[in-house]
Amino acid sequence: MTPRSRPKIDLDPATVRRARTLARRAGRPIVRLAKQHTTASVERATLRLAGLTGADPDGTPWVNRLVDAARADVGLEHGISLPVWDALVTGQAADLPGLAAAAAAGDVRFRIPAGRDAARAQSASRKQVAAGIRRVDARRRERDRLIARWGDPAHKPWIYLIVATGDIYEDIPQAQAAAREGADIIAVIRSTGQSLIDFVPEGATREGFAGTYATQDNFRLMRAALDESSRQLGRYVRLTNYASGLCMPEIAALAGLERLDMMLNDSMYGILFRDINPVRTFVDQRFSRQVHARAGIIINTGEDNYLTTADAVEAAHTVTVSQLLNEYFAKEAGLEDWQLGLGHAFEIDPAVPDSFRLELAHALLARTLFPKAPLKWMPPTRHMTGDVFRGYLLDGFFNLAGAMTDQDILLVGMMTEAVVTPWLSDRDLALQNVRYVVNAAGRLSEDFVPAPDGFISQRARRVLAESIDLLERILNHENGLLDAIADGTFGLMKRPADAGKGLEGVAKKASGYYNPATVLLEEQ
Amino acid sequence: MSASERSRSPAAQQGVIRPYGDTTGDGMVQLSFTLPMPHGKRAEGAAAQLANKMGIDPALVVHAKPMGPDFTFFVVYGRANHLVDVSAVEILEREYPLLTPKEVNVAVKRALRRRLVVVGGCIGTDAHTVGIDAILNIKGFAGEKGLEYYRELRVVNLGAQLSVPDLVARAKEESADAVLVSQVVTQRNAHILNTLEMSAAFREAYPADQRPVLIIGGPRFEERQAATLGVDRVFTRGTTPGEVASYLVHELITRERATHAAKRGLG
Repeated sequence: MTPRSRPKIDLDPATVRRARTLARRAGRPIVRLAKQHTTASVERATLRLAGLTGADPDGTPWVNRLVDAARADVGLEHGISLPVWDALVTGQAADLPGLAAAAAAGDVRFRIPAGRDAARAQSASRKQVAAGIRRVDARRRERDRLIARWGDPAHKPWIYLIVATGDIYEDIPQAQAAAREGADIIAVIRSTGQSLIDFVPEGATREGFAGTYATQDNFRLMRAALDESSRQLGRYVRLTNYASGLCMPEIAALAGLERLDMMLNDSMYGILFRDINPVRTFVDQRFSRQVHARAGIIINTGEDNYLTTADAVEAAHTVTVSQLLNEYFAKEAGLEDWQLGLGHAFEIDPAVPDSFRLELAHALLARTLFPKAPLKWMPPTRHMTGDVFRGYLLDGFFNLAGAMTDQDILLVGMMTEAVVTPWLSDRDLALQNVRYVVNAAGRLSEDFVPAPDGFISQRARRVLAESIDLLERILNHENGLLDAIADGTFGLMKRPADAGKGLEGVAKKASGYYNPATVLLEEQ
Repeated sequence: MSASERSRSPAAQQGVIRPYGDTTGDGMVQLSFTLPMPHGKRAEGAAAQLANKMGIDPALVVHAKPMGPDFTFFVVYGRANHLVDVSAVEILEREYPLLTPKEVNVAVKRALRRRLVVVGGCIGTDAHTVGIDAILNIKGFAGEKGLEYYRELRVVNLGAQLSVPDLVARAKEESADAVLVSQVVTQRNAHILNTLEMSAAFREAYPADQRPVLIIGGPRFEERQAATLGVDRVFTRGTTPGEVASYLVHELITRERATHAAKRGLG
């Protein structure tokens, strides 16, 4: 990335500091809560880092079988590592796969070891999980090497295209074609239901609804295919998937192990839009972000979702608040600025007067607040009507706003949004649209300086002020953000902390809790 | 009215028309498509041949562009030689009047003497709440406020990825008069299968005369599918909250009258 001057809005630095302070105050109790709990998925992710893969004949992953069996004996509150490696060092099985199979058959009695036994189990688990983390480190170095060899895209924004056939073997040629056509980033959309499945399916999959399952094999196959494309094209093509839903920590671990480059990973999306239990989400979030930080993965946050369910003008400040919270949670988990693909979207009703100026104001606000973050700019979906001609124009304006405000990652809009899954020709036309705008106006960001007290600047300042109001309203709740989520302050959905999917997978840590992955990830 | 206009009006009344480019009766249409062959003269000829077979003659291949080595994209303009017989078009005419929110409120109050309860959500794995939100959220759609805006309607929006048993349970708990379900994802006919599961569950859980009005909505349904899907009404693309509210009033008040009539021994 060549450094260049970013367009920006004049914001009062004290106001910006105030916004960040409030976000920190809202986020800090959540971090405390996350540290006090673990989840079934965090523990399964630990086993995955230790190298346990595969599934039983019914397709239930061995990590699930093992965690379920150990939990039935000794609970989850001490973590999975103590009982599992205690069983290994005491000779109940030779290795993790053997132990999982024996446990699934009911042939293992788990216990929480104490004293020297506990120390032995800790040390054995740490050794094995450390090997997995070293693999993640090696994949990160490999990425750095390949980027050095093949190079980053010569242009900004990076062009992000989606494939979603449901069949990994169909996705691969489509992704390679998209890369040839100009995509810098390929995102494989997940099967619709995956976020609510409490296990990660195993193997290469050919059956998905509106997307392809995220599995370790699918990750590996697609990364290998894009490496081949990168070599041919002479630029490193990045791969994106989704670390969200009930298995977020495990998918993050698999992404690190298989060198995925970006992961969708939002702090509150699962709570608000998928009705996943808030505690579960925040615990899983923190762990998955620690893994992403270690793996050098860029996260993409999901602020576009606020605008697809609420009015994009009225709810503009909810995007800013979510970005600030995502930033706080991400940095607390160890992610750096260059890894924060904070999201926002072009979703204002085109019938609203000055809609384009409003879009510019919102986009510039994000650009100014997060000057070092690779912002992700998402195309119109809500006001794509099926009139593909009008949609093509709207996508052109979306691209122009992206160019003028120096966005980093541009998700390419399709004129057939809301009509069909994109055709070959839709993608080609969409890329022509992007190329024309970037070629014609890509450097306009250098000249575009909104009048200090003009409409755009004033609108941006107003959205920031509304964000501060919302953060203050959140903090006025007795239990801050958790209560605000519960009573519908944030988004329109009411999500109490003691309800939602995945709650049964949450456990409060006991005093002797041990997780080598967390220890290792927090050491640096 | 000029002589020429008068002379063509009988045809229009009988309902035989052609596409209109810039002159009445010119039959001009445009289409675009991709053929899996390399760009070149032969490809353009192939595009013209397809257009001819579709009834477009003459066909003008105005744009041909290679998309990679193996595909070519075309834009074709031409004269369609088919006629459209408007009188033979079959549609489902709306059988109820469109009411304003105020009229809906008055009608509900008068007929039910309580608020009408609407429970809605997206079932199955479908996470697209766009449709249900457009109808239910106060924000609404196409300039019309959603059902939450209607004082005499009580709306329970259950959001996305709802299981059918949960939907039935909540409908009972809330004493729903109507259940609205939206389905956007259509891969492998998920929308049809989910809807069949939903309507079967409601038939099982309720006596026939107490079952709430079942409404399904989504861009890929057809209005005439209601009976085969086991629901009372199908709404498709472009439906506004006002249409749904007006339908609810029509349907529930008709039902209410039928029940009263039955109770009085007149039915």
